[in-house]
Amino acid sequence: MIDNISPASRNLDYVLEARGLTCVRGERLLFSDLHVRLSSGNCLHVRGENGVGKTSLLRLLTGLSKPEAGEVLWCNELITANPLAYHRALLFSGHRDALKDDLTTLENIQMYATLDDVPLTQDKALSALWRFGLRGREDLPVHCLSAGQKRRVIMARMLTRQAKLWILDEPFNALDIHAVGELQNLIAEHLQYGGLVVLTSHQEINIPNVQVFDL
Amino acid sequence: MSAVFSIVRRDLLLVMRRKSEVLTALFFFVVVTSLFPLGIGSDAALLRKIAPGVIWVAALLSTLLGLHRMFAADYLDGTLEQLALSPRPMVLFVAGKILAHWIVCGLPLVLLAPIIGIQFDLDINSLYVLMGTLLLGTPVLSLLGSIGAALTLGVRGASVLLSLLILPLYIPVLIFGAGAVYANSVGLDTSGHFSLLGALLILALAFVPWVSSAAVKIAIE
Repeated sequence: MIDNISPASRNLDYVLEARGLTCVRGERLLFSDLHVRLSSGNCLHVRGENGVGKTSLLRLLTGLSKPEAGEVLWCNELITANPLAYHRALLFSGHRDALKDDLTTLENIQMYATLDDVPLTQDKALSALWRFGLRGREDLPVHCLSAGQKRRVIMARMLTRQAKLWILDEPFNALDIHAVGELQNLIAEHLQYGGLVVLTSHQEINIPNVQVFDL
Repeated sequence: MSAVFSIVRRDLLLVMRRKSEVLTALFFFVVVTSLFPLGIGSDAALLRKIAPGVIWVAALLSTLLGLHRMFAADYLDGTLEQLALSPRPMVLFVAGKILAHWIVCGLPLVLLAPIIGIQFDLDINSLYVLMGTLLLGTPVLSLLGSIGAALTLGVRGASVLLSLLILPLYIPVLIFGAGAVYANSVGLDTSGHFSLLGALLILALAFVPWVSSAAVKIAIE
């Protein structure tokens, strides 16, 4: 959990860097020779019109897709050199919820903890869900939840994942005003502990240390 | 190893929550194999002769029924991306999913086979051989099928394409599986058939998880 990170680990500086990225989708060149550098405690807000390549950029940064040219580095090492170590530091949340409809919210959180090889006690899982207003819904199958509530389950996962780098595609979608505030707090807290965040959003966001990047 | 078991546990839990999909394939196996004795009549000698082939073909087809679901649900809801970005190797998750598929779609066929065999008037010795071949053969079906399931992810009309891709690969398993039961019934040695089925299984175990996980990675790119 975020509060478990010792002050010593704060001093370690993590850097995500993209050099000369070029992305081609089908026949179309989305962007070329793109440079990004993000260090601990900072948030990169990627903006741009629909279809300009925000999601493609995020997927390149996660390593899910390969760039046409250029490279992505995590702590000065190519992400393809040691993908499992990079994945340990990475949390990606895409358009789709990636939650299992037939499992309960608690089971989903616990399932991801085992798959991601993160220790998670039931108490911690429950308190993460409760923090985001899912008290009383721990044992509901996810298909009974609204779109916004599903996003809250993902917020609980972000809290329990112990990742340094969060790459979030439209994290504010479907959230009510109150939840938007909660997510901004969660992100600010993550940055304060030396985390890095890359996100796309069409709304103005109110988080310290945000660098806006227009595609 | 815990990565394999965590995904097996999850997949079995998901199956328990939605039993109908799996039961359809098993029901298909039972019904198809029961239709033959009903259609052919009470010619016991003929039934004994066609039993291995019929049971094996039904096993192939019922495996095929559930195959496209191996990765499709996880692909559609984005879980597959999350698995690919997990700090554990993707190949372990793929191996776990294949194992879960076999437990759900292959193992029940092995256990049902003796009951089906009785309808074809197979003697107890042939039933043992039938179960043995299915025990060695059905994991090969799940393994080879996973390649097809991974290659057809996100393709329209995937299940038809899947059958065309995978059924030819199933032919050796069918020949040696049904052949062993037939050889046994005419008093020939079956150890050759079993060795070849075992060899197919070991070969598939050694290569398929890597091939399938590579195919899955291509699909989510």
